[in-house]
Amino acid sequence: MNFLHDIGKYFLMIKISFSKSCKREILYKQIFKEINDLVLDSIQIVSILSFFIGGVVSIQMALSLENPLLSKTLIGYATRESVILEFAPTFISIIMAGKVGSYITSSIGTMRVTEQIDALEVMGINSLNYLVFPKIIAMLLSFRVITISMFLGIVGGLLAISLTGVPSEAYIQGIQMDFESYHVTYSYIKTLVFSFVLATVPSFHGYYMKGGALDVGKASTQSFYWTSIIIIILNYIITQLLLA
Amino acid sequence: MIEVKNILKSFENSDVLKEIETIFYRGKTNLIIGQSGSGKTVLLKCLLGLYEVDSGEIIYDGISSKKMNSDEKLDISRQMGMVFQGSALFDSMNVLENVRFPLDMLTKIDENEKNSRAMKFIERVNLKDAINKLPSELSGGMQKRVAIARAIVMNPKYLFCDEPNSGLDPKTAIVIDQLIQEITKEYNITTIINSHDMNSVIEIGENIVFLKEGYKIWQGNNKEVLKSRNKEVEDFVYSSELLKKLRN
Repeated sequence: MNFLHDIGKYFLMIKISFSKSCKREILYKQIFKEINDLVLDSIQIVSILSFFIGGVVSIQMALSLENPLLSKTLIGYATRESVILEFAPTFISIIMAGKVGSYITSSIGTMRVTEQIDALEVMGINSLNYLVFPKIIAMLLSFRVITISMFLGIVGGLLAISLTGVPSEAYIQGIQMDFESYHVTYSYIKTLVFSFVLATVPSFHGYYMKGGALDVGKASTQSFYWTSIIIIILNYIITQLLLA
Repeated sequence: MIEVKNILKSFENSDVLKEIETIFYRGKTNLIIGQSGSGKTVLLKCLLGLYEVDSGEIIYDGISSKKMNSDEKLDISRQMGMVFQGSALFDSMNVLENVRFPLDMLTKIDENEKNSRAMKFIERVNLKDAINKLPSELSGGMQKRVAIARAIVMNPKYLFCDEPNSGLDPKTAIVIDQLIQEITKEYNITTIINSHDMNSVIEIGENIVFLKEGYKIWQGNNKEVLKSRNKEVEDFVYSSELLKKLRN
């Protein structure tokens, strides 16, 4: 019953976040601040992870395709497909759940514990609109960050493969082979949905948390747990709907 | 003036406020006192509109909470200022930005007017030299003064303070109490303070409401509270051995 109650509360939170809007210039300012805090500050970690994971994927592909009957172009093809279809949208979103999600939960949770949210409500300000709405917009506007991840993942694969002795021409040929632009669209659709989850689930855990400083940490852990689970389940549903 | 008429509030079958009936006067420092768990905070939150009462009504200068629609409730809430127990200042904003915040959010006045209005109240609480400091760089007493300036910057009709001097040394606590009392007189505000600090009760208690286990047990002023023969009030006021000895 509690679970159903929380689901209802989550959707009500989203509804209230979009209603009784604060002044437009205040919201613009908040959205730009959130883009900086949530997205721009994450580009570094996303870039490093994408580059090296792309490298690891291509090396593993090269190892699996040692049979001389199999074309080396398959290494580039398989790396591209892994990065575009799964690594960039899903794994980067889960990594973001750890970085951005815990930041959102702890910042909103601290505001709850220190009565800053109560202060907003007493002033007659819709605290959900002021705190959560800009995060949703910032995350939705910035879903194209995975473009960087896709690009660096494939480049990382190229550099790693050139160190293993496989000709880079074969890898480049492979990444151009049977290219389906719909796979990129699918990847963007997934990321857009995950971005919404990344903004709202951690906000929910922070906004409705109870207790003190220790509970802020617990809420952050809970938020990561649920965000990851929801992303993985949605990943399956979206893939079933769009690719199966 | 705020009139409370026979209000009842319960949480999960436990009655927290029972048949509370009282008046909080304009231009006076009204204190709600009582032990922990007596219902002080719940009463304050009901007056603030953060909790809906189960029955009874709260009348804000003739306007009943029962008859208000959501816009009227919002209008009343914008006439309220609140000083929280932990000050509740926004960590990422400096003193000037914290005090300016309600003006930024709720008014359409120009930047210069906002700054001059915020500065007027910052000067009123003697924090002119700290306008660029962040809350983390301020002492507890200074944080409380910023919270007071922020609470009154919109010229509220009602000022609520939840244990405004908790965690402060006795000297700073008296400074904060006196500042609240001065502001109450100066701007003719209905001020309601939630406290269990006897120094505050004696210093600024012009109208004191004593709660116990959700009931209003007694009402009077700071002179009467010391002479009260009500058993519960006596137990609360003279809870320390020192005060008992002084009284005897």
